Amino acid sequence: MNIIQRIGLILFVLGLAIFSVLPFIGSYQLEQEMVENEVKDIHMDAMVEVLRPMYGQYYESNFAFISDFNKNFDNYNEELKAKEDWDNVIWDDYTYPLTKAASTGPVSQNPYFYLAITVCLGVLGGLMYIFPLHRNKPEGIKNDGIYFSSMKARGLLGIITGTWLIVFYIILYWFPAYLTNLILMVDPLSIALSGNPASQWFLYGFIYTLAIVVMGIRMFRKYKGNAYQTIRTASVMFFQLAFAFLLPEILVLLNMPWHDFKNIWPLDYSFFYDYRIDGMLNSGALGMFMLVWGIILIVLGVPIFTYFYGKRWYCSWVCGCGGLAETLGDPYRQLSDKSLKSWQIERYMIHGVLVFAVLMTAMTIANYFSGFAILGSATDQLHSAYGFLIGSAFAGVIGTGFYPLMGNRVWCRFGCPLAAYLGLVQRFKSRFRITTNGGQCISCGNCSTYCEMGIDVRWYAQRGQNIVRSSCVGCGVCSAVCPRGVLKLENADEEGRINEMPIIIGNKSITVKS
Amino acid sequence: MIGPSTNSTDRHVVIIGNGISGVTCARNIRKKDSQTRITIISGETAHFFSRTALMYIYMGHMKYEHTKPYEDWFWGKNRIELKQAWVDRVDFEEKNLIFSDKTQMQYDVLVLATGSKPNTYGWKGQELNGVQGLYSMQDLELMEKNTHKIQRAVVVGGGLIGIEMAEMLMSRDFPVTFLVREKNFWDNILPVEESKLINRHILEHHIDLRLETELEEIIDDGNGKVKAVKTKSGEVISCEFVGLTVGVSPNIGFLKNGNESDSEKSTLELNRGILIDSYFKTNIPDVYAIGDCAEFKNVPAPDRKNIEQVWYTGRMHGETLAHNLTNRNSVPYKPGVWFNSAKFLDIEYQTYGFVPANIGENEDSFYWEALNGKACLRLFYSKSDQKLLGVNAFGWRLRHEYFDKAISKGYSLEKVVSEIDKANFNPEFYKPFHYEVLKKYNMEFGKTLKLQKQSFFKKLIGSRS
Repeated sequence: MNIIQRIGLILFVLGLAIFSVLPFIGSYQLEQEMVENEVKDIHMDAMVEVLRPMYGQYYESNFAFISDFNKNFDNYNEELKAKEDWDNVIWDDYTYPLTKAASTGPVSQNPYFYLAITVCLGVLGGLMYIFPLHRNKPEGIKNDGIYFSSMKARGLLGIITGTWLIVFYIILYWFPAYLTNLILMVDPLSIALSGNPASQWFLYGFIYTLAIVVMGIRMFRKYKGNAYQTIRTASVMFFQLAFAFLLPEILVLLNMPWHDFKNIWPLDYSFFYDYRIDGMLNSGALGMFMLVWGIILIVLGVPIFTYFYGKRWYCSWVCGCGGLAETLGDPYRQLSDKSLKSWQIERYMIHGVLVFAVLMTAMTIANYFSGFAILGSATDQLHSAYGFLIGSAFAGVIGTGFYPLMGNRVWCRFGCPLAAYLGLVQRFKSRFRITTNGGQCISCGNCSTYCEMGIDVRWYAQRGQNIVRSSCVGCGVCSAVCPRGVLKLENADEEGRINEMPIIIGNKSITVKS
Repeated sequence: MIGPSTNSTDRHVVIIGNGISGVTCARNIRKKDSQTRITIISGETAHFFSRTALMYIYMGHMKYEHTKPYEDWFWGKNRIELKQAWVDRVDFEEKNLIFSDKTQMQYDVLVLATGSKPNTYGWKGQELNGVQGLYSMQDLELMEKNTHKIQRAVVVGGGLIGIEMAEMLMSRDFPVTFLVREKNFWDNILPVEESKLINRHILEHHIDLRLETELEEIIDDGNGKVKAVKTKSGEVISCEFVGLTVGVSPNIGFLKNGNESDSEKSTLELNRGILIDSYFKTNIPDVYAIGDCAEFKNVPAPDRKNIEQVWYTGRMHGETLAHNLTNRNSVPYKPGVWFNSAKFLDIEYQTYGFVPANIGENEDSFYWEALNGKACLRLFYSKSDQKLLGVNAFGWRLRHEYFDKAISKGYSLEKVVSEIDKANFNPEFYKPFHYEVLKKYNMEFGKTLKLQKQSFFKKLIGSRS
């Protein structure tokens, strides 16, 4: 590590540390007009009264503020619930918008400064660390010392990183009010892009995109000389930056619904929810295009592209979850479990989630056309169950939080319903396979070790069999790390793609079918 | 020929050695025969691991568990018994194995698959602490200890294990001096251009490569530890670690214990290795030898050696013997077109067929090298009929299937060159080499060959050439 890298690392840790403590500084003071600005008309009178004891009060921390807010708010609701006055109970959660509005700390006065010393400092530090990586070294595999690394081999650093991510995701999904300072910090950027102040999702999307871009540059360094890895990484960086981050914000600026054109149902599980459908239908020609395009992707895009290229066209070239896994998650790819047992669990789980998503969507659509006459509230409950269990807990908390513990593709492997759908096509009707090169395998295990999807690639390679697996996202790393040139990702004729009884080339005495 | 042993319910096949040869043999016996009791004995490790991956454990790419090609439950499920113990002596008369802890085991059929051990040539100081070869898991553990806080390492011997050891040491940023006796790296196997290509790559990795340099002696620091090496030219290179990687030879030491039996029938015939016929039979009935430790009385094919010490040949020996042990019709070992591969630091090497280091009168070769000097291709052919005999490729993955066919069917040089894109196995989006190869061929031979153009659609769907 040279001096620039050391400084970079220090700056990154510093930025991260300030980012982590920033939510807890500043003060809060609620005024009646803030409540009038943030609360829906139907709740206005009630909320203004409920929160009256707080007006003008000075709170030194968000803990004190949120706790007082909850006390007042819960008292009101509990009373109504006790009286079974369900119609007047307020189900909306105003904690976050009112905490944000009440924030009077230094961040709201000086967002650029705080953005600079947190996120920008982290990015700068990260880049200072990344750019000199492997400088003056010949092109080749750069896996030296991975299993001696505390960060990459489930050591203390890995566990700390995983814990930080898990805590961050829990706060982001369920307690965003505590993140107000961080969100205030990106308000100017959000206003510049979409004309609206930032939400916790804007903050998340911003950091997510930066993570993909910065760690994507790390991929360029690490896999220098590997054209497949370079182009693939550039592709996920582009799709995240343009399609998932910038374009949706610009759509909002143009009074269109926020829409990510590359997100596909059932990963985009709310695509058929009534508010989304209505949003698209009420947005003119472009809205109609969103709906039609979304359906074309599901019905034609997935099967056709997957037939020609395998599911990699999406999972490791386009997808945002895949994009993060392939960049931020790359240092952890070797931590996926390769056992037969984990494959068995994987198949039940991922297809279970697919069934859940399909049933939920079927019910949603049925309800939509029946005007919510039947099963209206059941659908709502199903939505919130799916959103909580799959959308937030699985995809977010476990999916990313567990990178340093279970590898970078936990969500894609065990939970993503779109990956399940793509995988079914890939397994049964596709030209894609990983070809095994005759008899050259030496069973070394690099391919299996570095497979992020936990495929025991060696099992196939050493018996001369092509790898045709529904879960393979086609990242190409098995091929890259193979020391004997045994593996090649290919699209070719379906004939001979699945060779159940392979013969290893080279022995003329007998033909051994493995 | 009728095999001596066929399926029987109470037969006990004991295999000594859990490397690729022994394990392949055990697995293939089990596939054909569910009755036979199979035991694999190894003192080295409890389970089969990939020996070729030892270097990656030291380099931190993998841990020991990753080098195991089968999960631990595999052996129980396939009723292959594993015993971790060292065999001290074999009593061929009584069909009995005597272990180092004096316990014994009876066998009906014995398969010797004991692998190799590193060579030493009686150098002064070769027994010092910090001096070692690299073959086994124990060697790797020793190397871990021996390379703790060293200032410089010296690797002696310019072969495959030597360059691996240099790479391992470089991965931990230890300065390495690499003593190679030959004029160029591995030039007893490789033609000079290929050898020089690897020379350059070794230097590119800042390894202190000393060609035409031989070890004279290893110098003691006074406490039984290595302090330096002295070369034949008298130069003293101080170092705290010496890797001796001057080849391996069959690991048959324990078979010499009490082998001078009274009856000739129970004395195992040994030369450099365990002498076998083309059915892997030793001179003693029901005793076979496969893999590195075996020495064929007659070479299996004209371009083959009596002792085959390669992963792939070990596997084929195991497959073929398993067939013979489970079939009435035994077959002799008949290897197909030779192939091998290796990786020299970052440059992969593949070879198919036979390419000699020095080209004789009746053959010639076509050689192409990339401009950056890090990839090359040599097509070796017979002058009289232009038929392809072998190929060397560096930094270019080739399709085994294609060259197996091209060489066994005797494709002409021109045919191979004009469809070389079909043999390309490099990952997608890699710069194609085949245009350059064809250009060079056309220039050298005054031809105007062209590659078949792929249609736009075929290119778009990434179809194979």
